[in-house]
Amino acid sequence: MSKSVQAISQIGQLDGKSKITQLVSMLPKLLMPLVGILLFLAVWNGVSKSIDTSLGQFPGPAQVWEQSIVLVSEHNTQREKAEAFYERQEVRNAKRLAQDESYVPKIREFTGAPTFFDQIWTSLYTVMVGFFIASVIAVPAGILCGLSKSAYAAMNPLIQIFKPVSPLAWLPLVTMVVSALYVSNDPMFSKSFITSAVTVSLCCLWPTLVNTAVGVSNIDSDLVNVSKVLRLTPLKHVQKIVLPASIPMIFTGLRLSLGIGWMVLIAAEMLAQNPGLGKFVWDEFQNGSSESLARIMVAVITIGIIGFMLDRLMLAVQRFASWDKNSVLR
Amino acid sequence: MQNRHLELSQVGIDFPTPKGPFTALTDVNLKIKKGEFISLIGHSGCGKSTVLNIVAGLHQATNGGVILDGCEVKEPGPERAVVFQNHSLLPWLSVYKNVELAVKQTQKGKSKKDTRDWILHNLELVHMTHALDKLPSEISGGMKQRVGIARALAMEPKVLLMDEPFGALDALTRAHLQDSLMDIHAELGNTVIMITHDVDEAVLLSDRIVMMTNGPSATIGEVLEVNLPRPRDRLVLADNPEYNHYRHEVLTFLYEKQKKVEPVSNYKKTKQKNASKDSDAA
Repeated sequence: MSKSVQAISQIGQLDGKSKITQLVSMLPKLLMPLVGILLFLAVWNGVSKSIDTSLGQFPGPAQVWEQSIVLVSEHNTQREKAEAFYERQEVRNAKRLAQDESYVPKIREFTGAPTFFDQIWTSLYTVMVGFFIASVIAVPAGILCGLSKSAYAAMNPLIQIFKPVSPLAWLPLVTMVVSALYVSNDPMFSKSFITSAVTVSLCCLWPTLVNTAVGVSNIDSDLVNVSKVLRLTPLKHVQKIVLPASIPMIFTGLRLSLGIGWMVLIAAEMLAQNPGLGKFVWDEFQNGSSESLARIMVAVITIGIIGFMLDRLMLAVQRFASWDKNSVLR
Repeated sequence: MQNRHLELSQVGIDFPTPKGPFTALTDVNLKIKKGEFISLIGHSGCGKSTVLNIVAGLHQATNGGVILDGCEVKEPGPERAVVFQNHSLLPWLSVYKNVELAVKQTQKGKSKKDTRDWILHNLELVHMTHALDKLPSEISGGMKQRVGIARALAMEPKVLLMDEPFGALDALTRAHLQDSLMDIHAELGNTVIMITHDVDEAVLLSDRIVMMTNGPSATIGEVLEVNLPRPRDRLVLADNPEYNHYRHEVLTFLYEKQKKVEPVSNYKKTKQKNASKDSDAA
């Protein structure tokens, strides 16, 4: 996708005849993604017609498109309802204040069902928090493993054992631990949010940790020698040499982690009934109306697009953080 | 006292291998005067770099030791600055920042202005003040090596250690940098130990050429005093019989006394290397 954008911007810089020849030579590059998508839609459309489920025919592209519009309008209606709800409260509060000046106005929160977009937002927020927690732990731990062979030897068995663990195995444990430890009368976050975020963190740790460790241990020995000759303190060594040198590998890890985190989150939300896109999918599945499958398909595509955008976001951050602006990032 | 500036005594080093310790160096003895320019020359794999790394403190000698101004060398430090073969500038820092890192680290008491002046002074010595804000990837190999030298000089080292500093450069750039190095050495009078493969470079720059035997168990084979008056001019020296005599001595050592028998797989590479060397000499 970005390739075709690049191609277009390249063409924009040319003029006249060369522009046309350039355009012709670029045509396959520009068209092929489109051809791919159209082909997929055609196959999907054809196949879906011949699949009959207990919830009706499997949705084709047209039904899914229809449902995505329905989801948007449902969201808008819900928003209007919420606004009306708050407006009524304000009017009532104003009235009571006029009658009795000592009255302390109360605003109750709107408790309507979260819409598709609310769920997207919850999921995004949760994955970011989980990913952030994981990164804050994994990058320093990875640097430690990369710098010290003994630290690596000590941590390696743990990494190897916990890395392949599915989030769903962690989930019951995390749920119980969170409900046991996170006790507060006025909780800042809901328990379900913390459970999801921690589960995401547990799965996000490993790619960042491993890649950071590899990046740090592969720093050019000449640069390490420079640091030794200058007698840089360990902190300065990390700050001036290790971090800049291993930025590319750290980001490779972070991007893998965020991708895994996003996948894990959807599964965790489904299983644990935590709010978010996963819960949306599960609710629709339980709901079992004739539109459910199409609505789930909307969620599937949304999850994919958001995952793709998260990866592009990380790439942009990497471009910003990396000192080597010429390196090819993909 | 003058004779005791830098002293290597009975230096030897073993590297552990699965088949038991491998003795790379034995019995290296060398006394270096203050301000002396020493070249280490020998075939590849003879342990020249190892000697340099031991003096730098990057390797620990198994036997013997190195004493600099009465103190034993145990770890690396800025008083023994190293110019690495591949410049080893930090690629994410500009030319100025690369030198700044060294200055800030080694001369912490300096005021902001003094720091800046000192950085610029050292870059001036190597004629690199025009590229202060360039990244290492944006300048040529010769320029990178100049900055590497400036960074080393900025540490105010007692001894400047150079590991084939011009090995990766083309012949013209190399000649240029050799002249710069001679000027700097004349001005600052640092003690220099330089590793080289290049016979002309060794004769042109050095006060003494230390020739090493082939490994394993390499050691110093011969030491040649070069009594050519300074400043030296490569054009004038080209026809100087004394200069050519020194060259001949070194060549004889390398290609007769210590003729290197390479395994077949390396044969081609060596041949090419020698061919390029000969063309340099011509």
